[in-house]
Amino acid sequence: MTIAAASSRRTTTALLVGPAALFFLLLLILPLIVVVIYSFGERGPAGGYAPAFTFANYADLPSRGKAFLNTLTLAPLGTLLCVVIAYPLAYFLALKVSDRWRTLLLVLVIVPFWTSQLLRIYAWLLILGHKGIPSLLALIGFGEVRLVNTPFAVLVGMVYGYLPLMVFPIYVSLEKLDRRLIEASADLGANPWRTLWQVTLPLSLPGVATGSLLVLILLMGEFIIPAFLGGGKVFFIGNALVDLFLQSRNWPLGAAVSLGLVGIMLVTIVIYMRFVIGRGSERRMALM
Amino acid sequence: MRWYASVIYFVLYLPIAIIVIYSFNSGRYAMDWQGFSFQWYFKAFADPFAMQSLRTSLTVGLWTAFLATIIGTLAAIGLERMRGWLRQVFDGLIYIAIMVPGVVIGIATLIAFVTVFNAVNPALAHMFGDHAPKLHMGIPTIIGAHVLFNLAVVILIVRSRLAGMDKSLIEASEDLYATPFGTFRQVVLPLLAPAVIAGFLLSFTFSFEDFIIAFFVAGPNNTLPIYIFSSIRRGITPEINAIGTVVLVVSLTLLITAQFLLRGDTRRTAGGKAAA
Repeated sequence: MTIAAASSRRTTTALLVGPAALFFLLLLILPLIVVVIYSFGERGPAGGYAPAFTFANYADLPSRGKAFLNTLTLAPLGTLLCVVIAYPLAYFLALKVSDRWRTLLLVLVIVPFWTSQLLRIYAWLLILGHKGIPSLLALIGFGEVRLVNTPFAVLVGMVYGYLPLMVFPIYVSLEKLDRRLIEASADLGANPWRTLWQVTLPLSLPGVATGSLLVLILLMGEFIIPAFLGGGKVFFIGNALVDLFLQSRNWPLGAAVSLGLVGIMLVTIVIYMRFVIGRGSERRMALM
Repeated sequence: MRWYASVIYFVLYLPIAIIVIYSFNSGRYAMDWQGFSFQWYFKAFADPFAMQSLRTSLTVGLWTAFLATIIGTLAAIGLERMRGWLRQVFDGLIYIAIMVPGVVIGIATLIAFVTVFNAVNPALAHMFGDHAPKLHMGIPTIIGAHVLFNLAVVILIVRSRLAGMDKSLIEASEDLYATPFGTFRQVVLPLLAPAVIAGFLLSFTFSFEDFIIAFFVAGPNNTLPIYIFSSIRRGITPEINAIGTVVLVVSLTLLITAQFLLRGDTRRTAGGKAAA
């Protein structure tokens, strides 16, 4: 290629990528930098931001400790429940269903996930509300049961909302698993439980790890589920952020809280990559 | 096993069924069945606030889908030609845009817009005097924030299609003396079409259903999800169910079309590979 041709090729590439680069720069990189700057500022007299350089907002993070605590306990718990509930379903879809039905059943898992989360969580508000399950419980003799505005309701919403996202990675890792290994295990006299525990489960761990990372990250940034099902009682970092930015208008503290959230997510991703996903693939290598 | 799966499918569809069923309730309380009626649909379509927010959501969704698809497709093609650290930076940005939670994207873009407006508005006032145009939050700011996160989605979809594309077709076109633009228009674009259309439909749906980002940058405007959110906060009538049912039907139609296009897409590339 001549020099002129190479440079015109470079110009074309720059023109193609340019608009997207501009968007990322103006609406992702710059805003995140501004958030970092704000987090060292002070609350303005009428709310908002006033320039300053102080660590007070970071020192003040414990004032939102409850939100951090709720997020850091309920999000992992929700992820764990998702794994426990999704695994048998993924196993069923990957190994027990005939090819004819599999595609349809897979599509049916993902369809609710694609519909508006706002509406699905609203529906759970109706189901768990006093005209829903509590009224059925009252019929069989339980007195006043209150489900909405409890950690239980938030957990139900989280598991319901993110179950499809857990089913898929586990399904994929089970589906591409070599069936002959299961047969070999049975031929060598292992009962089905032992085969599941010693062959199938370890081989599908990469799927479990990917799914839980995805779900955990998304759950930590959740706003709608705790807002509806937790009432004002069970709130997450996302809810604290909406309050700080739109109601109490303490933007510098809000900036610090949002950086805290992003920081926790990054640490989670790094830990997962290093220990869980990394070790899972090593084990797979060892088995091969 | 089968029982277990049935129970899960039942629970997955129960909430959706409840929204749809109670949208036909003639009573005015969401969970109190009084008889069959279409009245909440008529009420919803006669509600000026609901219709205004629907119009806003449609405008935002169409512009978002349009811009994200064009910019994203161009970027995916450009990235394919790029090598080295710049491309890695770009890949990193795409994953950041997808991984950073909506709440934080909403906050960051809100702060950025406000900062820019606070800097620009006094200058505008100085230049144009009393009748100066004043920048503020509105439909364009929602579109901007929505394009950002859909851009990443479109790039990923189009790029996976590009990666599965048979490069010999492009070489053949060049050998037959097509200009680069001719090759693009007559070979690359038709091959990319399913991914581009799927990207458009997905961007529209994500934008149409997004609540949290719009909540921060909408200013005084209501998108449909913001309207639904505040209606649920105020108290529930089956009108929300009626609107919700319409939204469900529309977005499911679009999503199933998108999935269909992408599936046909993988089948064709698989077939192409098998033939080769």
